[in-house]
Amino acid sequence: MNKYFHVIGIGLQNNLQYRFNFLTRTLFSFIPLFAMLSLWRTIYADNAGVGGHNGFTREQMICYYLLVAVVDVFTAVNEDDWQIAADIREGNISQFLLKPLDYLWYRLSLFFSGRIAFIAMASGPLAIFIYCHRQYFLLPPDAGTFGMFLVSLVLTALLQFFTSFAMAMLAFWLLEISTLIFILYAFEYLASGHLFPLDILPAGVKHVIFLTPFPYQLYFPIQIYMGKVAGASLWLGLAIQALWVGAAYMFARYMWAKGVRHYGAFGG
Amino acid sequence: MMNLKRYLILYAELWKNSVTREISFKGNFLLWIVVELLWFGLQLCFVSVLYSQTKSIGTWTQWEMVLLVGASNFIQQLYQAFFLTNCTNLSELVRTGKMDFFLLLPVNTRFLVSLRVVDLGAFVNALFAVCVMIFAATKLSLHPTVGQFVGFAALCVVGIMIHYSLMFILATICFWTVRAQGIVWGYYNLFNIARMPDEAFHGVFKAVFTFALPVLLVSNVPVRVLADKIYSPSAWLILVGVGAMWAVIAEWFWRISLRRYTSASS
Repeated sequence: MNKYFHVIGIGLQNNLQYRFNFLTRTLFSFIPLFAMLSLWRTIYADNAGVGGHNGFTREQMICYYLLVAVVDVFTAVNEDDWQIAADIREGNISQFLLKPLDYLWYRLSLFFSGRIAFIAMASGPLAIFIYCHRQYFLLPPDAGTFGMFLVSLVLTALLQFFTSFAMAMLAFWLLEISTLIFILYAFEYLASGHLFPLDILPAGVKHVIFLTPFPYQLYFPIQIYMGKVAGASLWLGLAIQALWVGAAYMFARYMWAKGVRHYGAFGG
Repeated sequence: MMNLKRYLILYAELWKNSVTREISFKGNFLLWIVVELLWFGLQLCFVSVLYSQTKSIGTWTQWEMVLLVGASNFIQQLYQAFFLTNCTNLSELVRTGKMDFFLLLPVNTRFLVSLRVVDLGAFVNALFAVCVMIFAATKLSLHPTVGQFVGFAALCVVGIMIHYSLMFILATICFWTVRAQGIVWGYYNLFNIARMPDEAFHGVFKAVFTFALPVLLVSNVPVRVLADKIYSPSAWLILVGVGAMWAVIAEWFWRISLRRYTSASS
């Protein structure tokens, strides 16, 4: 356990080198976010009845996008998948096969430290952005709900990481995996609720999407926070999310085991 | 005149080179087209979701916005075909010191650095964008005149040049900080708003992205010309004017940046 804390420490130092990069990333991402908020504000201003039929008031809609930005900062996989793929392609993983260090836990520690560094750099600008929109930023119904939100947030981050890890394992077989990562990301972008809250989709489509792990990569924790899911369905949702995390973990392990057997240790 | 001919011959050679390169990675070539198509589909999907909530955004109706998304994608794909890969590669040239080689060649360095690689897949995607635009125009029963077509095409060229100038400035930052991975990220975020209808924005945000960084004009103005929605001739005058300003700034920035180039130790 101790050695992984060490990895987190080193990862933190490494990631803080990119602090300027993280800061500009955060600032640039405010442009489309702000545009999205303007777009919805215009729609709500022109249509008094929208809120009635999609179940989102104007405040809730704006708050939804602010929460997307928050959850993203805490859980999104940044460059981990590219780095893992590069490690495999360039033969850097050979050393992990010899050391008493598990590559998956090692990468998870690095993911963790990357998130801490990112949060440290992004939280300031994000807090200011939210402060400017404070009349729209709603608080969760009660402390218990907020606690559940935090639990779901951790599960979301794990699900994101294990999925990306499994995807990156394709680098054992393929030279170029960025296209496949972008294809998966396109589906995730839509089905995890990045672009719009899934509630405004037709019920049938929403139902199908909830059979995939995507909503649990972003949409579900936000749903908890906004009090849109409560009671038994909340517990059921958390259980499903935990199951997806477990499945993704097992899949990542399986892909790693298969990949290592295939691995030819090119380069140094 | 001789000079122009020389550059055209040179550019033809660069094209041949790019074709050879793409042919050797056929699978990847096709997959990238799929990736771009998926993201385009995603944007169209977003439009249909938006218009399930409202009949119009400002005065923009659903099919007008589809036309806008199509045109925006068309401009972006053409820009990508000619310039994007080259702009993103600039930091790599600086980091590895390969820039030396380009500086020594008896050709304009900016020409070479900007147009070296052609992304052929992007032309295929531009064609898909044209199909979507034709479909939207039919739904709107538009019958543009020759003048409107010429105006649209000319403004698209201006739009592409604005994409290029802004991205090139972002890319030349790599002469100051060698690690410039955030560049593409910044570019995509900035041009993300190009496909949104200008009437959704107000105040400072609109002013900045109209007069300083004309992102809200690059596709909105051409589409307004095509769809008979132009409110005043000042719109395209601003687009052309600000575009020219950024082209001059980009060239100036390039010259200053190049002076900082010290080559990588080899």
